Amino acid sequence: MSLYDIIFYLFAAITILSGFIVVTSKNIVYSAFSLLFTFFGVAGIYVLLGADFIAIVQILVYVGGILILLLFGVMLTNKITNVDIRTGTIHVLPGAVAVGVLMGLLLSAMVWTEWKTQPSETPVTTTVTLGRLLITDYILIFELLGILLLIALIGAASIARREQE
Amino acid sequence: MTEYTIILLSVIALFIPLLGFIITLFSGKKFPKVYWFEVGVTGLGLLISIIICFAKLAFYNNQNIISGFQWFSIGAADSPSRYFIELGIKIDNVAALMLLVVYIISFVVHLFSVEYMHGDKRYNRYFAYLGIFTFSMLGIVVTHNFLMMYIFWELVGLSSYLLIGFWFEKKSASDAAKKAFLVNRIGDIGMFIGILILFFTYKTFTFDSIFSQISQGHLPFDSTAWLTAAGILVFMGAVGKSAQFPLHVWLPDAMEGPTPVSALIHAATMVAAGVYLLVRIFVMLTADAMLTIAIVGAFTSFISATIALTQNDIKKVLAYSTVSQLGYMVMSVGVGAYAFAFFHLVTHAFFKANLFLGSGSVIHAMHHEQDIRNMGGLRKKMPLTYLTFLISSLAISGIPLTSGFLSKDGILAGTLAFGKLTGHWLIPVFGFTVALMTAFYMFRLVILTFHGEPRDREKYEHAHESKFVMAAPLVILAVLSVFIWYTPNPFSPDAGWFLSSWVKTPHTVVPAESQFNFMIYNAAGESALHGEIVHSELYTETIHWAHYPAMLLSLILAGLGILIAYVMYQWKKIDVDKLTEKLKPLYNLSLNKWYLDELYHATAVAGVIGLSKVLAWFDNIIVDGIVNGAGYLTKLTSKLSGLFDIYVVDGLVNFSAFFSGFIGLSFKRIQTGKVQTYVVFVVFSVIILLLIFKSF
Amino acid sequence: MIHVGLTHFLVVSAILFSLGIYAIVTRKNAIMVLMGVELILNSANINFVAFSKFGNLGLGGQLIALFIIILAAAEAAVALAIVLNIYKTFTNVNIDEIDNLKE
Repeated sequence: MSLYDIIFYLFAAITILSGFIVVTSKNIVYSAFSLLFTFFGVAGIYVLLGADFIAIVQILVYVGGILILLLFGVMLTNKITNVDIRTGTIHVLPGAVAVGVLMGLLLSAMVWTEWKTQPSETPVTTTVTLGRLLITDYILIFELLGILLLIALIGAASIARREQE
Repeated sequence: MTEYTIILLSVIALFIPLLGFIITLFSGKKFPKVYWFEVGVTGLGLLISIIICFAKLAFYNNQNIISGFQWFSIGAADSPSRYFIELGIKIDNVAALMLLVVYIISFVVHLFSVEYMHGDKRYNRYFAYLGIFTFSMLGIVVTHNFLMMYIFWELVGLSSYLLIGFWFEKKSASDAAKKAFLVNRIGDIGMFIGILILFFTYKTFTFDSIFSQISQGHLPFDSTAWLTAAGILVFMGAVGKSAQFPLHVWLPDAMEGPTPVSALIHAATMVAAGVYLLVRIFVMLTADAMLTIAIVGAFTSFISATIALTQNDIKKVLAYSTVSQLGYMVMSVGVGAYAFAFFHLVTHAFFKANLFLGSGSVIHAMHHEQDIRNMGGLRKKMPLTYLTFLISSLAISGIPLTSGFLSKDGILAGTLAFGKLTGHWLIPVFGFTVALMTAFYMFRLVILTFHGEPRDREKYEHAHESKFVMAAPLVILAVLSVFIWYTPNPFSPDAGWFLSSWVKTPHTVVPAESQFNFMIYNAAGESALHGEIVHSELYTETIHWAHYPAMLLSLILAGLGILIAYVMYQWKKIDVDKLTEKLKPLYNLSLNKWYLDELYHATAVAGVIGLSKVLAWFDNIIVDGIVNGAGYLTKLTSKLSGLFDIYVVDGLVNFSAFFSGFIGLSFKRIQTGKVQTYVVFVVFSVIILLLIFKSF
Repeated sequence: MIHVGLTHFLVVSAILFSLGIYAIVTRKNAIMVLMGVELILNSANINFVAFSKFGNLGLGGQLIALFIIILAAAEAAVALAIVLNIYKTFTNVNIDEIDNLKE
């Protein structure tokens, strides 16, 4: 068992355990914080896969942006005085059954499929290559996404600020 | 100054009046003083055109500056029927001079209008229209192809329509505008067909490439008859715009527009566009086409001179005189006196614009009185207007020391030479008769307006000399009507720079067998390529032979005409009324403009109305019958299909609606409205699908 | 113990995906549902990056992952705005009580 494997299992454990806490914790603030660890774990897995740039973006955007947004959402939609921020659950049993079966199917698909893998030489620095690709082959998508992001932000601002009649 | 700069400047000169038009039109309501912008723009254009004209004549005298680009092409990339449409600018000497003339006249007319139109409720719009007119006229001048010329030709027609009908509350004005527009259309149809004949033969609209293909012997449908036809058809456009017989009837009516407009459009520039067109296509005119043009021009000038003899409206006299002078120019092109046609165009533009502005000044002073029978004695009240009017009248009558003498003399010599060379003596006869009549009616006008005793005391008392902005244009134009600008020798234009170095007759590209032999330059004159000798020796000799007799004869006739005018109206030795009584039929013929309007009303207009009636009857009885029958049939089938709809289709629809309602009611219970429940369904469905399609 | 390969990553991704689905299905709070969606997006991202590495397909997969992160940011912003609006309208964010769609 190499160091690579150990680190992989470490990160996978962090990801899955904290993900489990996210979905099961009664307290929504706990969920949010453990989501932080999930994102870190996923970032670690990206690094193991040679995607260093994606890992950095993952931390910057998810941890620095989306998670903060979610926390704001939590704070804004619950009475602050209400310290005990708990949330309920509904149809736990059918949900658990369905998800369990689905997970079983997915896992069996993943494990028993004969994946044709090819060893690849991961570039030492992916950032340069990604940057080139972004402004060459993927330029259209890149531009479109920029516009989409702008529209989404304006739209979000406009939806959230709408006064109630 | 490079060629590129000249092209650039001419593009600027072309488009700034458009800018003036747009800004003046759209900000006229907000800024009542915006008309000064339009005047300023025209002044700027005048400066630019002076620079262009100077640069062209001084540095590129023997070279045409042409710049064009391919606008688009029609037809598949490799097919032989591929047509290229080009846009471009051609500045040769003629265009450079014409540019200057248009800008000078336009500028002085703008200046004059500032005072003349003062207080009009559509003051700024008037100036905007002047701007669009200037733009379209310049487009005709600088273009290098037929297509652009045709486009601007129609634009000129439009702006003329707008300006004639400027006071559209007056029915006569709006009628005159419509008449001008419709009559011009008749000519333009011919022009359009002519251009299309050329286009389909040569696959281009550009003047120079059409002409060079003709000179290589490539003819429309391989026949010179078609070339003649194309020439005459294009000339039809000139017949309409330059008010030649039989389409001249619109121009006198167009005098309903404001007087400065008459000076700008209906005396100096737009009506000259027809002559300018002839000058442009001169090299492709065959002998037959030229003869046609000469006859039309001579007849026009004769007929309108006779009409001008008896008119009593000051502007009508000038209008018919304009038609007559335009006839001169057209005739001059027809007889091959190319340079003199253009020369007369320029000199006429100045003195006729001056006459119109002078009449405008009189009309303004007399509070819109236009009848010369109510004027008289204005010399003392308006000395400046009188003086400038007199100078221009002398010029149009062809008295030495004026520009008109030079150009008219040249045209008459050209017709005389043409008569001698081809035997068509009627053309010079018409030409000289018109010279006599011109002198007579112009001085009749001068004497009745300015000399003698005032016939309408009340209006006379109120008359006053015009203000500076109206007087300055008169002085400028009067100064430009003096010989010194065109030649140092007041008796011979040949010595002048205008003809000897600026405007030279190009040699024809028409095949030799279908051209007058005197028009073909003989091979011995190799220097023709450098623009020195253009005509055959025969023609040069004849012109020299014709020069002095023509000059003497025209001088005598002009003097005679002025003398008769003085005898009849100043000294009253002959009783005008008795003379009128004696020549009653002729007098009436002239006064009623040869009954041409009535003739057109009886034939063309009545014909169109009759045809419309027949068509209306056809419409009412036959077309409507068919339509009504179809309507009835439709109604019947609709009824049948309505029954079918009610019982069969509706039955099906109702049944399916009922069925859907039933299903909907039974499935309603699944719809909880809770999104997460739906997600559970989705997950289950995915699981089922996975189980069905699993391959692992 | 076999060496860590593609399958290991895919298994982690599958578990994460199922957890996300579970959050969406069972939690009442709309923000929790959003967290579930983020988990799903992350699991998809892991797949993309993993295939990109092991399939020797160049960096296309990583780019797609990048784009997904951007989309997730936009989605989170809009979704939270909607949640805030829901909160204004119903004074809570329990989506099981929001069943106006039923009518």
